[in-house]
Amino acid sequence: MEAKATRVGYGEMILELGRQNKNIVVLSADVTASTNSHLFAKEFPNRFFNIGISEQDMICEAAGLSLVGKISFVSAYAIFATGRTWDQIRNTICYCDLNVKIIGTHSGLMVGPDGATHQALEDIAITRAIPNLKVISPCDYLETKKAVKAIVHDFGPTYLRLGREKTPIITEENTPFKIGKANILRDGIDVTIFATGVMVSEALKAAEILEHENLSLRVVNVHTIKPLDKNTIIKCAKETGAIVTAEEHQIVGGLGSAIAETLGMNYPVPIEMVGMKDSFGESGEPFELLKYYGLSDIEIIKAVKNVLLRKKF
Amino acid sequence: MDFDKYLKLSNTIRKDILVMLKNAGSGHPGGSLSCVELIVALYFKFLKHDPKNPFLEDRDRLILSKGHACPTQYACLAEVGYFSKDELFTLRKICSRLQGHPGFKCSLPGIEVSTGSLGQGLSIGSGMALGYKLDKKSGNIYVLLGDGELQSGQIWEAILTASHYKLNNLCAIVDYNSLQIDGRVENIKNIMPIKEKFESFGWNTITIDGHKYKEIFDGYEKFIKNKDDNPSVIIAKTIKGKGVSFMEDNVDWHGKAPNARELEMAILEIDNSAIGL
Repeated sequence: MEAKATRVGYGEMILELGRQNKNIVVLSADVTASTNSHLFAKEFPNRFFNIGISEQDMICEAAGLSLVGKISFVSAYAIFATGRTWDQIRNTICYCDLNVKIIGTHSGLMVGPDGATHQALEDIAITRAIPNLKVISPCDYLETKKAVKAIVHDFGPTYLRLGREKTPIITEENTPFKIGKANILRDGIDVTIFATGVMVSEALKAAEILEHENLSLRVVNVHTIKPLDKNTIIKCAKETGAIVTAEEHQIVGGLGSAIAETLGMNYPVPIEMVGMKDSFGESGEPFELLKYYGLSDIEIIKAVKNVLLRKKF
Repeated sequence: MDFDKYLKLSNTIRKDILVMLKNAGSGHPGGSLSCVELIVALYFKFLKHDPKNPFLEDRDRLILSKGHACPTQYACLAEVGYFSKDELFTLRKICSRLQGHPGFKCSLPGIEVSTGSLGQGLSIGSGMALGYKLDKKSGNIYVLLGDGELQSGQIWEAILTASHYKLNNLCAIVDYNSLQIDGRVENIKNIMPIKEKFESFGWNTITIDGHKYKEIFDGYEKFIKNKDDNPSVIIAKTIKGKGVSFMEDNVDWHGKAPNARELEMAILEIDNSAIGL
């Protein structure tokens, strides 16, 4: 299977969109090439602003640019783009509902050898709590390109969660992408796996393996964590009666929590959650870390078996 | 030049602020009263703006980074015609457009951005100035900062950004009233010398008395006429609680509204100061 990093999808698409829309500006915090903003920076030097290692300033500079009519893309590592800047995102970007797109690359464990200080594992939790902010976590390179295009045409603040590492391309050019609409990638009747980001491909692998054990798994790509596609989630809970969630993020506050909030209030069914279990990561190779911390097809399979034991019908 | 018109306006705005705060039962008189002249001079003389067309293209913009001084801005906006003065007395009440700190989405004409979390306004203003430069717009951006606010690291990030990008259309104003919630700025965490710090970061500095219109006018004119590439800062020495003797230079009045008796005394004092104007 072909593999490419989601950040590359961002870099290519923002360049293409930059050619079409002169209102797009890009800001970087001294991580221009690694966030793949360098293609845009090279072609449009006057619409690119390197703010240096000043993420808080960068978020508010982007706010100012948007207040005078620009579509501002700020690009930094996910950990710094959302963690160091939370107050700026909440009070300036989101309270004002500004047209600022926060691009957080290098999210999750898969930033790998850089270790725990650089592994954003709480970013979904802290961003989805903020009113007005959309939170999008594409599953692959192709979906990232569609997401970047979609958020340019969707006024308001967005956090786009991307990765550093090459990951399998599991969607196709014609796979639909609509903000807030989860995609059912594989149909099934026994359990639904809701996954986001790189864990979507792990979920598909798990479903493939369990097919040989005569288990029929539905796999849903929840690329938009906020606004959550409540209709699809409730429908799947009704139809399959058991849920597994999978994310490269803390279980606390992430996709699993968001789905549990929705189902708890609408249609409670047993849920098992695959994600970081309230711990920090460490240095290691990306896929090695995923396995070590229980974020892989193997853990999803275990979760499916556990949830089936709790399933009521 | 005769400043009687502006001196009268100062008194009107001061009285509005005090009545608003008394009516609200909470708020920040000290830091609102210290920046009255600085803001009056902008809205009534120097800003290129149109109260009937708050979204005027190329307009000059004022960002109140020290958002807790919003009663002063609200009173000036109403006085200059952005909205009715009656609305001033909804300050801090439920469903009001006059939030305790400025709320951009509350649709109050003249509010350019939400502020209140200190340290963010200069970055926002710098971003606006960058955007104006990019589009070759002629407007200037003014950002009012508190002196205590200079303790916030993000301010210094923005100071670097503005000089790096040669934002000579950006003017910071420091309301240097020497007090913050916990006491004197120099005792909490000293930020002196302000002028030398800004200069070393590549800014033009203009030091004035922030209650004397002659000096304020000269300061703004100097910024507007500046021909070099540097951003400018006006360091305005002010008195917290200015105009009301029992509030002046008294940290107890940072965040406390006057009661009916205190309001009466304050108004009387301001009216007496106006005799002869």
